Amino acid sequence: MRLLWRLLRGMPAYLWSGWGAAASLLLFVALWELGAAWYGALILPDPRATFATLGQLVASGAAWPELATTARRALLGLLLAVGVGSGLGLLAGLSMTAAMMARPWVTLLLGMPPIAWLVLAMLWFGAGDGTPVFTVFVACLPVVFIGALQGTRTLDLHLKDMARAYHLPWKMRLLDLYLPHVAAYLFPAWITALGSSWKVAVMAELLATSDGVGAALAVTRSHLDMGASLAWISLVVGCLLLLEYGVLEPIKRELERWREAGA
Amino acid sequence: MNHSTLLQVRALHHSYGPTEVLAGIDIDLPAGRCLALVGPSGCGKTTLLHLCAGLLDRQEGSIEQPFAPTAVMFQQPRLLPWMNTLDNIALGLKARGLARGARRAQARAMALALDLPELSLAQYPAELSGGMQSRVALARALVLQPALLLMDEPFAALDVGLRYQLHRLLLQQQAASGMAVLMITHDLTEAVRLADEVLVMAPAPGRIVARYRPPGAALARSDALVHQGSAELQQHPAVRAAFDLPALIPQAASAAEPASPASGSWLPVEQSCRRAQESCG
Repeated sequence: MRLLWRLLRGMPAYLWSGWGAAASLLLFVALWELGAAWYGALILPDPRATFATLGQLVASGAAWPELATTARRALLGLLLAVGVGSGLGLLAGLSMTAAMMARPWVTLLLGMPPIAWLVLAMLWFGAGDGTPVFTVFVACLPVVFIGALQGTRTLDLHLKDMARAYHLPWKMRLLDLYLPHVAAYLFPAWITALGSSWKVAVMAELLATSDGVGAALAVTRSHLDMGASLAWISLVVGCLLLLEYGVLEPIKRELERWREAGA
Repeated sequence: MNHSTLLQVRALHHSYGPTEVLAGIDIDLPAGRCLALVGPSGCGKTTLLHLCAGLLDRQEGSIEQPFAPTAVMFQQPRLLPWMNTLDNIALGLKARGLARGARRAQARAMALALDLPELSLAQYPAELSGGMQSRVALARALVLQPALLLMDEPFAALDVGLRYQLHRLLLQQQAASGMAVLMITHDLTEAVRLADEVLVMAPAPGRIVARYRPPGAALARSDALVHQGSAELQQHPAVRAAFDLPALIPQAASAAEPASPASGSWLPVEQSCRRAQESCG
């Protein structure tokens, strides 16, 4: 209840702080408009036409099923990556040996381009949900893993001593010591992973499936329909912005209130 | 509190790799007493304290530590930055499995006993001043009602006024609960103000070179007596050597010499320490 009250109380200030972000987004749209005027509608349709097409897509109901499909795949892959990556990263951080062993793996996984995973996934999973979900999972896993690993490894030695001196049981060490500290590292990693999950899901769909936003993009591309392509792209980006600033950012602020306190 | 309970350290040696940091340490600390360890930086005081707290594994010698529970107050407050004051104080109680309501009530009572303002209880450590953070750390230790309190230069970062205030609070709490206190400090005045016995340590390797018993009981010790005691302590040749102070000019020493009836007393330094001194040249 108190949490809800605090969130509501913080809302106006949070929304107000959004003006800066809105202004910079509008500046971007203005530059886009400038580009459109320069190159012509065939190369780069102007924002108004794009948003009109987007409006039609949404109004006709054509956008929702595709968006839902992509969202399902991206979020499923992300969820798997967050679960597995956070768990393994925390465990690896607790042991020096595991941490040292894991580093080259992470470098390997990070260095492997998602498109290469996609090729493998297409061979393994075919044209169903499996391919995009797996590709998203593999692309996001190392980012989350390394965040969790660093979070545990950087824990203040002094605080560990304190935890021992005060005989904190393992459950308290985890919930009151490791998790709050690790969250400061994990959250940015999750948000980065969220961004790449959408991108990778759309890419995977473009090449591997017959539904979802990526597949719709493939269709508009084959029709040389620039307006519709940009409309789909705006839709994906819009959803991402909404998720990040509507859900994740407020959670992050709430979790890290202690950090702002002294600043 | 059973007054026969005794923290007993005998012939304690400790090394970090090839470096010997403690050589032949003997300590007796009975319940209700306060023992101060003074010595220059790097003479192994903190190592000794961590050994007594069980934070380090003993290598050689014996430590009999029958006191329970114990609490440690570190050099820095070491509060959890993501917990508010009240929850930080209640941390040890939570570790004991006390219910939320009960531990918060105890933590609040202790916080108020240490003069922490009500307003600060909901604040995070980053919002508190250094003095308040130290007070929170002290409250976190005292709320456990420890039989033995181990303190590592707990008040070093505070100004004289705050330090004095916390000294009074600590002594009152000790008088009320009868706990044993082992404290480390650089500050001879602080040692003489708080302790029933002051052990002076010299570095390389860490050993006890003087044992001094300040006059009177700590709570009743007046400022004048404390200053006189710390001056007396500082003039002792072993103390001057330990801190690398130049030897006193004879006249000055004799001027300060006349031992007034209230002055403290020197105790013999035990056998194993002397052996250590000899063996280390």
